[in-house]
Amino acid sequence: MSAPANFVPVSALRPAPEAADRRYWRTLEEYEGRAPGGDEPRQAIDEPPPSEESRRKFLSLMAASFGLSGLTGCTRQPTEFIVPYVDPPEQVIPGRPQFFATAIPLNGLAQGVLVESHLGRPTKVEGNPDHPASLGATDVTSQASLMDLYDPDRAREITLHGDPRSWEAFLRALLVALEPVRARKGEGLRILTETVTSPSLGDRIQAVLAALPSARWHQWGPAGCHSARSGSVLAFGRPVNTYYRLDNADVIVALDSDFLCCGPASTRYARDYSTRRRRGGRVDMNRLYAIESAMTATGGKADHRLPVRYAEVETFAVELAQAVAGQSVAGSHFGQWTSAVARDLLAHSGSCAVIPGEHQSPAVHALAHQINAALGAVGQTVVYTEPLEVRAEDQMASLTDLVRDLDAGTVEVLLILGGNPVYNAPADLDFAHKLPRTAFSAHVALHADETSAQCQWHLPESHFLEDWGDARAFDGTVSIIQPLILPLYESHSYLRILDAILTLPGRSAYEIVREYWTKQKHGADFETWWRKSLHDGFMEASALADIRPALKAANAPSLPPPSSPGALEVVFRPDPYIFDGRFANNIWLEELPRPMTKLTWDNAVMISPATAKRLGIEAQELVELRRGGRSVRGSTWIQPGHPDGSITVHLGFGRTRSGRAGNGAGFSAYLIRTVDALWSAYDLEIHKTGDSYPLASTQMQQWVEGHHPIISGNLDEYRANPNFVKESQETPPRELTIYPHWDYSGYAWGMSIDLTACVNCGACVAACQAENNIAVVGKEQILARRGMHWLRIDTYYQGGDVNPSAYYQPVPCMQCENAPCEYVCPVHATAHSADGLNDMTYNRCVGTRYCSNNCPYKVRRFNFFLFQDWVTDTLKLQRNPDVSVRSRGVMEKCTYCVQRIREAEIHARVDDRFVRDGEIQTACMQACPTQAIVFGDINNLSNRVAQLKSEKLNYALLAELNTRPRTTYLAELRNPNPELGEVSHARG
Amino acid sequence: MPAGNVQELQSRSQRRPDPGSVPAVIAPGQTFTSITDQISGFILTRKSPLLWWAAFAFGIILSINLLTIVTLIFYRGVGLYGIQIPVGWGFAITNFVWWIGIGHAGTLISAFLLLMNQGWRNSINRFAEAMTIFAVMCAGMFPIMHLGRPWIFYWLIPYPNTMTVQPQFRSPLVWDIFAVSTYFTLSLLFWYLGMIPDLATLRDKAKSRAAQRFYGIACWGWRGASLHWRLHETASLLLAGLATPLVLSVHTVVSFDFTISILPGWHSTIFPPYFVAGAIFSGFAMVLVLAIPIRAVYGLGNLLTERHLNNCAKLMLATGLIVAYTYVIEPFTSWYSGDSFEMFMVHNRATGPYAWAFWGVIACNVAIPQLLWWRSFRIRPKRLFFISAVILYGMWLERYMIIVTALHRDFLPSSWANFVATVTDNALLYGSIGFFVLMFALFVRLLPMISMYEVRELLPFSSPAGGSEK
Repeated sequence: MSAPANFVPVSALRPAPEAADRRYWRTLEEYEGRAPGGDEPRQAIDEPPPSEESRRKFLSLMAASFGLSGLTGCTRQPTEFIVPYVDPPEQVIPGRPQFFATAIPLNGLAQGVLVESHLGRPTKVEGNPDHPASLGATDVTSQASLMDLYDPDRAREITLHGDPRSWEAFLRALLVALEPVRARKGEGLRILTETVTSPSLGDRIQAVLAALPSARWHQWGPAGCHSARSGSVLAFGRPVNTYYRLDNADVIVALDSDFLCCGPASTRYARDYSTRRRRGGRVDMNRLYAIESAMTATGGKADHRLPVRYAEVETFAVELAQAVAGQSVAGSHFGQWTSAVARDLLAHSGSCAVIPGEHQSPAVHALAHQINAALGAVGQTVVYTEPLEVRAEDQMASLTDLVRDLDAGTVEVLLILGGNPVYNAPADLDFAHKLPRTAFSAHVALHADETSAQCQWHLPESHFLEDWGDARAFDGTVSIIQPLILPLYESHSYLRILDAILTLPGRSAYEIVREYWTKQKHGADFETWWRKSLHDGFMEASALADIRPALKAANAPSLPPPSSPGALEVVFRPDPYIFDGRFANNIWLEELPRPMTKLTWDNAVMISPATAKRLGIEAQELVELRRGGRSVRGSTWIQPGHPDGSITVHLGFGRTRSGRAGNGAGFSAYLIRTVDALWSAYDLEIHKTGDSYPLASTQMQQWVEGHHPIISGNLDEYRANPNFVKESQETPPRELTIYPHWDYSGYAWGMSIDLTACVNCGACVAACQAENNIAVVGKEQILARRGMHWLRIDTYYQGGDVNPSAYYQPVPCMQCENAPCEYVCPVHATAHSADGLNDMTYNRCVGTRYCSNNCPYKVRRFNFFLFQDWVTDTLKLQRNPDVSVRSRGVMEKCTYCVQRIREAEIHARVDDRFVRDGEIQTACMQACPTQAIVFGDINNLSNRVAQLKSEKLNYALLAELNTRPRTTYLAELRNPNPELGEVSHARG
Repeated sequence: MPAGNVQELQSRSQRRPDPGSVPAVIAPGQTFTSITDQISGFILTRKSPLLWWAAFAFGIILSINLLTIVTLIFYRGVGLYGIQIPVGWGFAITNFVWWIGIGHAGTLISAFLLLMNQGWRNSINRFAEAMTIFAVMCAGMFPIMHLGRPWIFYWLIPYPNTMTVQPQFRSPLVWDIFAVSTYFTLSLLFWYLGMIPDLATLRDKAKSRAAQRFYGIACWGWRGASLHWRLHETASLLLAGLATPLVLSVHTVVSFDFTISILPGWHSTIFPPYFVAGAIFSGFAMVLVLAIPIRAVYGLGNLLTERHLNNCAKLMLATGLIVAYTYVIEPFTSWYSGDSFEMFMVHNRATGPYAWAFWGVIACNVAIPQLLWWRSFRIRPKRLFFISAVILYGMWLERYMIIVTALHRDFLPSSWANFVATVTDNALLYGSIGFFVLMFALFVRLLPMISMYEVRELLPFSSPAGGSEK
């Protein structure tokens, strides 16, 4: 800025802004618009903001000072009355955490959770055992939601063009802007939200619409269930909500659905699926078929997997519908597949389910409804309810309408409550350029993101742990979202902002939610009911009732128009972890290895080995994807099992204003996603750029190369010879060590991991990271093989790379009784406890790394640099006070969550009893949706873990090394359909 | 010694030329005076040759670089190396084993050959011992610099402390501390003790006051009395007796760093002899790499004769063959064990991502040294220098191969990853070479690089029998 040397403008100290007060000025006169002659001051507004550098620096300074001023208080519990999940102590006892039930909304749908609070700081999210979407487990997103709360890059203040403003100033401006709108009964007022299922939020929106009838409400969720909605309209003539009861399903057909790992009900589905799979001593297994257009965790888990192009899924669905209806499918495109699957389904009529993928076409959804109806699954395994949304609508049309009106200039006041349409609206809508045409625009979001930059006002949104709300789960069950901490920054909820439109200054979210439910609940004792609902984390019997929508006169299913098979197909999918991009700045999710690829920090252009060869494309090569006039560059990932002639790209990356972590990670597939191609397109061109771009995967080697870490077999084989696992194992005698034998007479902690149950969702890894203060290292360090996750899920392929079987193996520390790490440590930094834990004394570690070299499981992680952030205040708030924060130069590894073990032991000792079975849950075990991980005392033979270890499928990884690991595995069993032939097996 | 006696003895030696077919240890025509003047002249009178200045500058620059890197490592952490999980050890340990091995030739020459009465060692033992000292200094730096928290390296040493925690004695890394520190202490004592008579000579011959004081203090009041000589001889023999087992034990213990583990490629009983042979192999290569240029630059052909080159080359050939034998035995034992991980390791070593290292090792340590069967390669300085340099590189590569190939693909394929050295890794290696060169240049300039009194003993008239050899 060129100011006269003697003039220091005070305003230069204001934050130079995202969307910014963009005027350049030389003199005070010019700044105030009294510039002599020439430039219209208003015109200067559209100039670019001052240099990025100074803005960054200023923001970081502001952040630091805000942190200092705002975060010094010890306790930040909300002032309103919230109810702890367990009997509350008289007051908070330091060192003893409290748990509060609340719910996490994702894409509008809730997962019920219990949040651990240490002195008013939420530190860990656990599942709510009573909530239908959780049953005690959590998904990855829930585990990582804390990092959203404590994200140091969150928006911290209300801004107008990037300049800080007060809440009152915003209200004043809103009032002024609304004045003419009110006069026209709301014409010109638009509210854009994401999918709304929250009853009270819906109520507020409806109230606004009632007061201002000409105002309009739009919804847009880029990765929402558009197809499911349209599909049910196709099938039933109206939108319905579909969910599945997989605990009854003997045969499941996933039509391009990753239901075990993705989606708001995946935690429940995974539980039901695995419970059913292990029924009857494992000899009464369900069977899963996956027909899919990408390699997903569900597909890898399936007993049979058929990789087909996205468009062919519909063909398959049509054929399957025909076959189920008894028509001949002789000339099937899929060989025996259609008839075999149909026969299997028909043999299990009423106890089977066909699950279409959220991103598949509406036709596939409609066909799935038809097939499920034909199989008598409706009401048994497939359940319909009224839509969960407050208003189920075609969101694409809704957004298109908004853009049309923006274009026409009829939108005067635009409130964007959440979402990030500038980033994620279809590229051909050109939302970013049309948004500034409103007279008044305000964006409410956790981060000052791409959309905020295009809006005049930005309001920080309260995280769900900071303010009140409510939400519905997949079956309609309502949870009250109760906050655990006062807002860290000057943030507000949607509820309050909407309320302010009706009556200034707007009531608090608590008042709004409570008042809404007071009106709904005409029962005798509202207070008791309210307290119970808060305590339980959900409202009793609030699930939506089953309905039986009638199928529209069934049109005979017909084959879709053949997509030209030569054309390259592109498929858009939400990223399994950062979803549609909303979690792009969540460092835990960015660094969490994706289920199949183990990729971190990037998305990729997924391509099959054969297609890559045909196109002459190497792995990790930078290619340009072009559709029409749009293009984006991404790095290639050659994915075994990916269908040929198709390319999968994940949405959610390539953010530009997500914060320090998300900016520049990956590429934005939204840039080539258009209104007519929300999920797939057939006009993709792929061009080599000649450059390469490294992708950071945590597992470079996914073929077993003659080794045998995983043992698996077919159900029939197991029935014929239950000892097949033992026979393939060689366990050296116990005496085969020169060191004296130790008698574990008290507790002996051990773990059993069921490979049949593991679905590779990654919740355990995320939970471990949250519980154990595990550092995030960044892409460069992942590339250098220095990731810090204590627990990893090894993912191996077996068979050819066209359609390999996939095997998942969570690998925590094995806590070997003869631990190879211990005897090589020169300073006693790793030693054995009396109950068989392989303990790590961080303070004693000098960092020779010999323990890691000598660990055959390579579960040890080393702090090559100072990986922990010792500076950022918000990150300090998240840390678990029971676990050391490791510094540079020391080794660390899985401890079996020793802090939880010791806590339980202390409680047991105080009560003069032994630790009960199940009293100690390691973080991974607690989070696991499929209960694949079981921990406990193996000395007590009545304990679950001891019983599992005595099963015939039990085996120890690398037992031949005589490490005597305490963590053992149950070999994986698969249940292939004999009609479709064998699957290849990993075998010792 | 009275001048008359010298004359007489000399004429006696000229009268009786060496009857044996073995070439003389040193060239004929030397006298006590000529030897003393020649060697002390390098320090006291002669100007340093250009090559010395070049070596000195090279050493200084690389040593500064070393200091910089060490500072960085302390400041930022060992992440600056290319190490990761699974390859937790990289250049630092490779360098450590390599340098320690190099030291072994010095000890072998000074102690073992002394006990074996090999008189030819007298002209090379001094600088070979100096080489040992400096090599161990270089080596000792690396285990500390590879620690995650190098400032508490002393926790590996048993010492009384308020924590009442002692090192974990099952760990070979603790044994290493003992082995290396013993080795360094003994080598230093032996070297210094051996130098005392020569330091006294320098004191006597020095013209400047400063040099007189320096050498005067350093020689501990040596007067050349019979008692001094007798005690000196006894002490030398005793230290030689102590040092000789170290030739075998130090690298044996270093090899335990690997054999004690359970990793295929490390866990092997042949490692101790293999490492010792390899150490002597590389050590003699280093002796020759140092001796050949010094011999040329300082005109030492009269004292460092073809016989020395020939003997060193033969020792290299012999130890090289032992090393080659273990290269053959390793795959055999892997196959014989029937262990799939062992067999995979051997296969992966020869065909995997580090096959270049394996075949490089075979070329440098097995194939090329076979040239030493020809006499011309043993006595022609340039050829021998080339072979020695190749062996030095090959032995470094061998340690690199052992460490990296065993680690980068061990038991679970999910953890496999390749090691790539960083700038820091290379800078530290070259820095240590620079430091070594610097120390050696200073040694050559300030201390008698060839033992004057011991070479004088080689003169025919210094022994009562008048033989040319002891």
